[in-house]
Amino acid sequence: MTPDLMRAGAVARRAAEERQIAATAGRSGGRETSYSRVARPGELDTAHGAILYLDDITVSFDGFKALNALTLSISAGEMRCIIGPNGAGKTTMMDVITGKTRPDTGHAFFGSTIDLLRLRENEIASIGVGRKFQKPTVFEHLSVFENLELALKADRGVRASLFFRLSGEQLDRIGATLVLIHLKEHAQRAAGALSHGQKQWLEIGMLLIQDPRLLLLDEPVAGMTDEETERTAELFLSLEGSHSLVVVEHDMKFIHALTHGNPAKKVTVLHEGSVLAEGSLADVQSNEKVVEVYLGR
Amino acid sequence: MSAVLPSPAMAASIAPRRGMLLGIRGWTGVTIALIVVAVLVPIANLLVPAGSVFHLSEYAVQLVAKIMCYAICALAMDLIWGYTGILSLGHGVFFALGGYAMGMYLMRQIGSDGQYRLPMPDFMVFLNWKEFPWHWGLSDSFVAQMAMVVLAPGLLAFVFGFFAFRSRIKGVYFSIITQAMTYAMMLLFFRNETGFGGNNGFTDFKRILGVPLQTPTMRMLLFVITGCTLIAFFLMARAIVDSKFGRVLQAIRDAESRVMFTGYDPLRYKLAIWTLSAVMCGIAGALYVPQVGIINPSEMTPAASIEIAIWTAVGGRATLIGPIVGAFFVNGAKSWFTQAFPEIWLYALGAMFIAVTLFLPQGIVGLVRGPDGVVARLRRAVRKEEGSAS
Repeated sequence: MTPDLMRAGAVARRAAEERQIAATAGRSGGRETSYSRVARPGELDTAHGAILYLDDITVSFDGFKALNALTLSISAGEMRCIIGPNGAGKTTMMDVITGKTRPDTGHAFFGSTIDLLRLRENEIASIGVGRKFQKPTVFEHLSVFENLELALKADRGVRASLFFRLSGEQLDRIGATLVLIHLKEHAQRAAGALSHGQKQWLEIGMLLIQDPRLLLLDEPVAGMTDEETERTAELFLSLEGSHSLVVVEHDMKFIHALTHGNPAKKVTVLHEGSVLAEGSLADVQSNEKVVEVYLGR
Repeated sequence: MSAVLPSPAMAASIAPRRGMLLGIRGWTGVTIALIVVAVLVPIANLLVPAGSVFHLSEYAVQLVAKIMCYAICALAMDLIWGYTGILSLGHGVFFALGGYAMGMYLMRQIGSDGQYRLPMPDFMVFLNWKEFPWHWGLSDSFVAQMAMVVLAPGLLAFVFGFFAFRSRIKGVYFSIITQAMTYAMMLLFFRNETGFGGNNGFTDFKRILGVPLQTPTMRMLLFVITGCTLIAFFLMARAIVDSKFGRVLQAIRDAESRVMFTGYDPLRYKLAIWTLSAVMCGIAGALYVPQVGIINPSEMTPAASIEIAIWTAVGGRATLIGPIVGAFFVNGAKSWFTQAFPEIWLYALGAMFIAVTLFLPQGIVGLVRGPDGVVARLRRAVRKEEGSAS
């Protein structure tokens, strides 16, 4: 066998393994789903298939209902795109999930056992919900490397941070993430000196290195060049299966790229704080109500 | 396949170098500072005869010792303001509490040598008190009072900080309530009933641990202790700032919500650095009182706390050497001004603060270091000259 063939074989094997992982992740089956499974409080339980379940959530600000009896469920390993006109409640929904805003009524569950409404922001982040803000938010005075180091999954306590030493394994993890987000050359630069698109990527990198199970991405490609947008779409597609993603986006081209070639991928349209339509991108786009909302007939 | 494994060379290139705490120049500076404080100043003050050029007067020693206490406060302020972005305008209260804890012990050390020749402090005799109030219970014990130096400001800061940070009070609102806190404490300490000597405070100290205070050797000993404490706190602050804890603090300053959504609880981090900062001020106060010989509620005036912030801003926020430089610069200027033109000192201080805010956002240290600093400009000029010559 020539080295070329061996390399090609290795690549093919790895691709097959990845497909295997993607196919099994998030599915039901095995001992974890049986009736006799052990309930572990505080641990994510996706045996029933859903990783996020919002039920009848209402949030009002001075009488204005930002969310109006919103009910939404995201399956484990799913990538869900959420679209909607301005003021439809997309960001408020993320605020509710991440603990920033408390709803007036309703329930929010992470997996089937964790009640999100009882946890604070940092606790929600530590159990595996990562959030990217609409405006890229990085630590401007720290270097790119230090930004990733802070986000790295590790003990978040004060004492642990005071005596924290980076292990070789963690260093490799940061290195791999730097390569993934194309910022390896900028590792020692202050994050504040990066371009807008690079900051977006850094924030995505900070999310990934936290190892979240659910990623909430609020307009992740705003301000990116076409090439960067394309690369972001590729990155998100590679995460699908092992992670659950909720992508809020205005850029229809980007949504096309994310749902491309798979009519089973759902797109949710929010309007005035509740779900207006849900289905494949083509279905949603041909939906009368959606057209009406978007074109304002 | 080798492309999959990260090479050691790559790991080395992305990781910042850490572990030395200071560079070689930094350690040299610390060593020189230690030698000056612990060897040269004592020799110049105690051994060199008074007529010599190298003699250091009592006055100069006392002034520098006082400023070193202030420098500790400025350093503490820098940790909470420069690095964590929380402007406290009430740090004077922690300084005063440490000072009062030390003062109580020193008052008991006077024994029966006071004006009234009675075993109680003069102000208590004057108020016709027959026994010590409850909070003076342990004041006879040096160890207990030294514990109070740490505990009193630490506890106040912890409780105050817990409620303020838990309620997510930030920015200027936080600064205002710290002003209110120091003002309230001042009013409390002004009252005779609270048992802290009212508006006269504590003074006329005679001894510490049975040893007379007003001897040159004792003064020098206190000077050396103060200097070493300042250097130790500087190194401690450096270690904190260089740790991941310190980077979380800076992250809180830059984007607190991102810190929260990354899984850190900002409350704990803020509370930890806030309490530590208060304790540092308390220790500074405890070192200040035996050297200056008086503690009274004027240390708790809102203006006294604002001054600490000014030292830090003038020296340079978010650099550790900055606040120390600032404390020396401003207080040096103050001692000169109040002798030469006493009536315009406050105007000069205000003008200095405005000038620094407008023209030197990085403070005096920023003037020297940093991309726009003198050093960088000189280097650039030299490089340009070399470029044009070749």
